[in-house]
Amino acid sequence: MGGYTGEELTAIFLMQGFSGLSLFCVFLLMALGLAIIFGQMGVINMAHGEFLTLGAYITYLVSYLASDTWPFLLDYYFPVAIALAFLGTFILGYLVERFLIRFLYNRPLDTLLATWGLGLILQQIFRSVFGPREKSVVLPDWLMGSFQASDMVDIPINGVMVVALTVVMTIGVFFLLYRSRWGIKVRATTQNRAMANAAGINTEKVDRLTFALGCGIAGVAGAAFTTIASTGPTTGSLYIVDTFLVVVFGGAASLLGTVASAFGIAQSQSILSFFLSGSMAKVITLMTVVGILMFRPQGLFASKVRR
Amino acid sequence: MDKPDTQALAASRWMDKFGGRGKLIQILIIAFLIMVVLPLCADIFRLNLYGKYLTYAFVAAGLVLCWGYGGILSLGQGIFFGLGGYCMAMFLKLEASSPENTAIQSTPGIPDFMDWNQLTELPWFWQPFHSFTLTLILIVAVPALFAFLIGFAMFKRRVGGVYFAIITQAIASIMTILIIGQQGYTGGINGITDLRTLMGWDIQTDFAKYVLYFACCGALLLCLLAGQFIINSRYGQLLIAMRDQEDRVRFSGYDVANIKIFVFVAASVISAIGGAFFTLQVGFMSPSFVGTVASIEMVIFCAVGGRLSLIGAAYGAFLVNLAKSSLSETFPQLWVVAMGALFIAVVMLFPRGLAGLVDDYAGPVRRWMKETFKRPQPAPAVEKKTAPPASNTSPDSAPILSAQESH
Amino acid sequence: MKDSKRKTQSTRRRLLAGLLALPAALALANPVFADDVNTTGLSVTDDTVTVGILHSLTGTMAISETGSVQAEKLAIEQINAQGGVLGRQIKIIQEDGASDWPTFAEKSHKLLEKDKVAAVFGCWTSASRKAVLPVFEKDNGLLYYPTFYEGLEQSHNVFYTGQEATQQILAGLNWAHDKLGAKTFYLVGSDYIWPRTSMKIARKHIENVLHGKVVGEEYYPLGSTQFGSLINKIKLKKPDLVFGAVVGGSNVAWFKQLNAAGLTFKKQPMLTISVTEDEVLGIGGENVEGLYSSMKYFQSLDLPGNKEFVAAFKKKYGDKAVIGDVTESAYLGPWLWKRAVEAAGSFDVDKVVAASPGMEWDNSPHGYLKVDDNHHLWMRTRIGKWKADGQADVVWESDVIKPNPFPKGYQ
Repeated sequence: MGGYTGEELTAIFLMQGFSGLSLFCVFLLMALGLAIIFGQMGVINMAHGEFLTLGAYITYLVSYLASDTWPFLLDYYFPVAIALAFLGTFILGYLVERFLIRFLYNRPLDTLLATWGLGLILQQIFRSVFGPREKSVVLPDWLMGSFQASDMVDIPINGVMVVALTVVMTIGVFFLLYRSRWGIKVRATTQNRAMANAAGINTEKVDRLTFALGCGIAGVAGAAFTTIASTGPTTGSLYIVDTFLVVVFGGAASLLGTVASAFGIAQSQSILSFFLSGSMAKVITLMTVVGILMFRPQGLFASKVRR
Repeated sequence: MDKPDTQALAASRWMDKFGGRGKLIQILIIAFLIMVVLPLCADIFRLNLYGKYLTYAFVAAGLVLCWGYGGILSLGQGIFFGLGGYCMAMFLKLEASSPENTAIQSTPGIPDFMDWNQLTELPWFWQPFHSFTLTLILIVAVPALFAFLIGFAMFKRRVGGVYFAIITQAIASIMTILIIGQQGYTGGINGITDLRTLMGWDIQTDFAKYVLYFACCGALLLCLLAGQFIINSRYGQLLIAMRDQEDRVRFSGYDVANIKIFVFVAASVISAIGGAFFTLQVGFMSPSFVGTVASIEMVIFCAVGGRLSLIGAAYGAFLVNLAKSSLSETFPQLWVVAMGALFIAVVMLFPRGLAGLVDDYAGPVRRWMKETFKRPQPAPAVEKKTAPPASNTSPDSAPILSAQESH
Repeated sequence: MKDSKRKTQSTRRRLLAGLLALPAALALANPVFADDVNTTGLSVTDDTVTVGILHSLTGTMAISETGSVQAEKLAIEQINAQGGVLGRQIKIIQEDGASDWPTFAEKSHKLLEKDKVAAVFGCWTSASRKAVLPVFEKDNGLLYYPTFYEGLEQSHNVFYTGQEATQQILAGLNWAHDKLGAKTFYLVGSDYIWPRTSMKIARKHIENVLHGKVVGEEYYPLGSTQFGSLINKIKLKKPDLVFGAVVGGSNVAWFKQLNAAGLTFKKQPMLTISVTEDEVLGIGGENVEGLYSSMKYFQSLDLPGNKEFVAAFKKKYGDKAVIGDVTESAYLGPWLWKRAVEAAGSFDVDKVVAASPGMEWDNSPHGYLKVDDNHHLWMRTRIGKWKADGQADVVWESDVIKPNPFPKGYQ
């Protein structure tokens, strides 16, 4: 830490904390969907990253349309893009469940392989449609720039927007799961599928909507994420391994656990990368998580799933 | 009358250790195909490629053991393939970096990439690779130890199924980042390249390629035999029992974790041997064979061949790679889609892979042949002993769907 | 079977052609029979010669390599339109390296041993070049490699049409020191061999020659998209210049986040050796406005050779196509090969190699160049300042620099 004054160190921690937050948001938005799907259906969706990519591409398309065709809309396209990203990925998720996942319940390892294959196909489709080059959205003016909190602390506005969006999504999911009728059905199905079925819940329908919802959240993650990075055919797959680790580390099917583990992993990676190289920060964080999982395989918060 | 009978009995007992006469014949067929037919049909360029594909057959066979029979899906077999390959590559690299060959470097006698990264002496973990004997031991020992550590930590705590898959995948990802990040010690993303001689013997000549190819085939056949031996040993029976009803095996007084550790270590050692042959035949090793993508592709080789058949897995690895190579020559874009479709198809349409298809279609034919050409042999002992393998295949393959349900 | 059939056919055709061409052959001094210009069994007939193009069409590297393939095809098309090489039309066999290094090695085996191509234009990453190098050396093939790279290599069988590290870096740093008055430097790169070697050279140059100070050196995994920590460190250290070699998709995230964090290039000057027109297309011009790049080529170069090249490229690939440094280097490959073959009067690899050093080309798209004995090119380095429209203003240009792949004192 040599060479930094106290004031500088505070600034470092503030700003590192914030850059950790943006990583946290990606992890969380990805992991939320995965955790719901995995927790409820025992399905490992390896194509989850591609749903994120799809959301990002939809945002790109909307921004392209806005800047090319209706420039006066440029300031307002973003909310529309988010909605469309959600809708697009939701529909694709619904179809995937209907035609693929449905046949593979109770074979978690097989869903893993099949969705990996699906991911490959989607990537190639992205590559053919959008080209292999990275695409970058045109940001409306209000998303550019940063607040200057103090001399050293700058908070980028698009980062704040991503954080806000993540908070809204998380609260939304929380309410859906714990405060709505549909949430009761989902939790009933998660805890005991046979009983839920017997109690008159259409578990198939619940499954389908849950899967689609999980994918939709990934789509929103893509829309948010493309404002701070870029979109290529393989963008989403870069995060899939990390995100699965987040889900497992948090204890599958525990919303609180997912939030906590996404926060822990993102922050420690971010803080470490200030003192070490980016590669080593990632290695050390992942190794710690794997290490902890070896001692506590059920994750931070044990799930109450009957297996 | 008495004597031949006991002899036949002894022979069939011996064969049963490897899964019976049928399996041995199948292995002989493979041996014939890869050691006689392929070398006759293909020129050395193709044969060298085939040799590369066969190194993946090692990994696929390992996966049959731990995934098909043990129910443990490892998404990190690339780690062991890579460890074996890197051990071999380190030896070859040291040989290629003799002080005479590297005289232009600031520090002669160390691999070129170390010199570029300002290392001035060989790191300690490179030292053992001066000796070929030690290298051969380490090719097996390093992956075995690593697999043991992972297995011990996880299986003793009853981590299994999906969790194990995800964690091994994370470890594969960590390994790749580590190798790429520590390029002064590992060669980074370029890998360890420019390997030309093995103990002074040029491995790039056509003759050397033939020798390496046949050595690779030989090792593969031995590994298949070893795998058959494991499956048909008491351990193998326990494995199947454990995969299908883990708790019952546990309650019967067996330590389930030990069985899992054993099979995981065996699978990793087999993969590592494949990796070592890969390095020898391709002439370099790089982190792209360690990572998550490579590892999961290895799983598909196994799944296509048939996750319950060692021999099927070998065919699977070979055929998928052959298809990959020829498809990517003619339709580069299509290949990725075809690979994706293969993943989905093999899971949804024929979960038992090629071996399953062969069983379904060849089974009736074989039965019909057996009935038609029944030999009038009144040797009940032999009959009894040859019966199991035939019936063996169906119980093995039947519970595939139910197997995972228990998790 | 097929082969022998083809052979008899071609012998027959050759005989026939030979008979017909006899008077012409007597009149012209030029060699007409394939055998005379090709003593090593390459795939050369009386009217065609086959070359290979070996790049990734699929996988992660396809993004970067597309431009090179386009440029190579354009050059070959132009050469054919001008009558080909030694009177022979060039035929292309294209192979996909699939972003996978063993596949590159495998395909180069195929191109050299089965197809017997006279030359190969290809490879992009160092890793792929390292993988194919032993193959080219063993089969005595000929490779034209387009990417700017870390140096530390020289092979009988390879010509490097891009810049090696010192050409690109030293001139750029000197410029920053002289013109921007930079004394403190922050080095940033993706984590693999090219950035690391480049930064090593940069550090030595800064410390030993410019007597400046390196206040930070940082590497991020390929594909990384989180640069918050790095940006914070730069803010704290306030270097005079950030010297960057971030590649691929990371670039986009890196510049976006820099911008978002309020570090405009006016406030924080930055010089990169990895940003070309291709990258800017992905990053978006508005995110790199004011950034400097040190390159041999920019699409906006005001040179006659370049104007022709850009016009031809846009005609073939559309008005929106952009041309980066590597694309231009790839375009040089077929032309340099054609010149060398014609100078040698033969397709034999050894003769082509022997004829190459010393060859000059005044009007290449990036101006004067000369092939050195060490198989790299003499060329100028330019500093371009990026504008919002995705093109660069060339603000400075060096003298012609001798390539030095094994720089003494920098290793």
